Amino acid sequence: MSGAAGTEPATPRAEDGPAISVRGLTKRFGTRVAVDHVDMDVPKGVIYGFLGPNGSGKTTTIRMMCGLLTPDEGGGRTLGHDIRTESDRIKEKIGYMPQRFSLYGDLTVRENLRFMARMYRVRNVREVVERTMAEHGLDRFADQLADTLSGGWKQRLSLAACLLHAPRLLLLDEPTAGVDPKARVDFWEEIRHQGRRGITSLVSTHYMDEAIQCDYIAYIFRGQLLITGKAHEIPRQVGLHTWWVTGPDLETLEKRLRALPGIEQVVRFGNRLHVSGSDAARLDAVAREEAAHGTHTWEQRETGLEDVFIYLMSRNGSEDADGLPRGPAPAGGTG
Amino acid sequence: MRRFSLSRFLAILTKEFIQMLRDRTTFAMMIGIPVMQLLLFGYAINTDPHHLPTRAEINDDGPLARAIIAGMETSDYFRFLGPVSGEREAEAALSSGEASFVIVIPPGFERDVIRGARPEILIAADASDPTAVGSAVGALSGIVERAIAQTLTGPLAVAEAAPGPFSVVVHRKYNPERRTSLNIVPGLLAIILAMTMTAITSVAIVREVERGTMETLISTPARPLEVMMGKILPYVLVGYIETVLFLIAAMTLFSVPFTGDLAAFLAGFNIYIVINLAIGFMVSTVARTQMQAMQISFFTILPTILLSGFIFPFAGMPGWAQAIGSVLPATHFLRIVRKVMLKFGDFAAIRQDLAALAVIAVIVTILSLLRYRRTLD
Repeated sequence: MSGAAGTEPATPRAEDGPAISVRGLTKRFGTRVAVDHVDMDVPKGVIYGFLGPNGSGKTTTIRMMCGLLTPDEGGGRTLGHDIRTESDRIKEKIGYMPQRFSLYGDLTVRENLRFMARMYRVRNVREVVERTMAEHGLDRFADQLADTLSGGWKQRLSLAACLLHAPRLLLLDEPTAGVDPKARVDFWEEIRHQGRRGITSLVSTHYMDEAIQCDYIAYIFRGQLLITGKAHEIPRQVGLHTWWVTGPDLETLEKRLRALPGIEQVVRFGNRLHVSGSDAARLDAVAREEAAHGTHTWEQRETGLEDVFIYLMSRNGSEDADGLPRGPAPAGGTG
Repeated sequence: MRRFSLSRFLAILTKEFIQMLRDRTTFAMMIGIPVMQLLLFGYAINTDPHHLPTRAEINDDGPLARAIIAGMETSDYFRFLGPVSGEREAEAALSSGEASFVIVIPPGFERDVIRGARPEILIAADASDPTAVGSAVGALSGIVERAIAQTLTGPLAVAEAAPGPFSVVVHRKYNPERRTSLNIVPGLLAIILAMTMTAITSVAIVREVERGTMETLISTPARPLEVMMGKILPYVLVGYIETVLFLIAAMTLFSVPFTGDLAAFLAGFNIYIVINLAIGFMVSTVARTQMQAMQISFFTILPTILLSGFIFPFAGMPGWAQAIGSVLPATHFLRIVRKVMLKFGDFAAIRQDLAALAVIAVIVTILSLLRYRRTLD
């Protein structure tokens, strides 16, 4: 599914070009296609959210962009360097944070950072490490073994380790997975802080609510990009319209609404239903009729990113054009 | 590939040392395995046992017979438990395991010897363990001859000239006391190094893969050679420490001499270390977990123990076993160690084995480098 990528205008080449630009990126593991012809352009200086459920191909795509994996088909450039042949150059300039905590648990925080700084041949290692620890609040754990840190602090340490060599581009693979909400908020604050300093971040996540933190978004599902674009333009791009419904006995209502014409998707978010459809006129007609019953409150709202993702996922999960074997639609989608 | 970075290599080296010292299991394995094996093999395995229980049926109580019994006792091979009378009792003593030997001196033995009638001393031995009784039997003929020589003097000495039925001459060089430990202990160095070097290296590398730190390492600009050398060099040092400990123990606890050329020894030793580290590296490319790495390492040890000549004499093995044995690095290193330590070996003496080790080293290193590149993808 490459159609979505074409919505962005072609970007000029060389230094002014995008931080990452790949075309037709494909990777197979045995017979399974992990990444299927992905086209993506990450402009410089933005926070680019790479969203999709677990196992949809985010990690494989990022690894190919870093030059850690060689694509089976397609190719592209990261910071102007060919991902197939110049992975050494790419590795020097980017900060990559793997999904799992991948520093040494049996080394202290300071030892880990010094080791990583030396791997990137940073000048004044001691000074840079002490400063970085202070900036990230890691100084009080300096002599603690990394394994003894909490999940949130491990994540901070990993991020700090990526930043030691002042990279221009951060590739962060599921940095907020398994981290408590407070640490997630702090993390995104840090990414925005880096963004203000002109550093581009590509952040993969399976938390759909994190989409609002990003300037740009790509949504991948089963190895295929379903949509890419500026975060605030995506709902319009999909053309989905949404009403929020609150009131008693939402379960019964949910079942009834699904059967009505013009309603393509009903998703429950806590104590409200998001009712969506692509045909605004028909949806509005149904909504006004339902609202007239007076049992529930109906209000027209802007379609959120989460509504869009669920819509895209269920649409691509059930009826697929390319004939690949598909499993049942994931939970949260409508049938 | 661009220039080798010394600072990156040193960073990996330092990191590896810190981890090594913090990991008590590995540390215990590095020191514990050599010490335990040395003590077990050095003290427990003895293919030349002494004080074997013996009973005798003496039908001629003359001075010659008594001299033979006394000679057997002083040889330390035999420990006399008392007389038996008759074949049945002798049979019972052997089958019950009460005695390993029963000696029967026939009636009129001394008279027949003087006459030159070459009487027979019957030795019934429990040969179910051939190694156990072999050397004792071998020693027996000498003992009997000596007893004859010492007892029959003067006019009776004519009998000495007659070829006795026990005319075996055993000439034992390098190890006149026939101490098994002189053979086992130097050979053990080859086994210990193969075991610990392979296991520790493979585990140290697989640990990076298992914990996900290899992904970090690969995502940095570090070159494969820097990673490989930085990870391996600390274990070369471990090999040196193990060997020094080992040599000290061998020379003090087991009085194994070091008679040959130290430089020749070090040449073989260094090549051998490289080979084992490269094998460890290869094991790490196959194993997915540290446990698997450990198991594969120990699996590769088995043929080394059995076919290298460590336990069974190499020359006595069938052709196919010798063929397998000669591609094992331990076979050649073991010969080098034995030659240098016991047989005054110098470079000339170990030339062939050194050449064989060098060839194996080149092949194994190339294979492991090829394997490493593959694991990057």
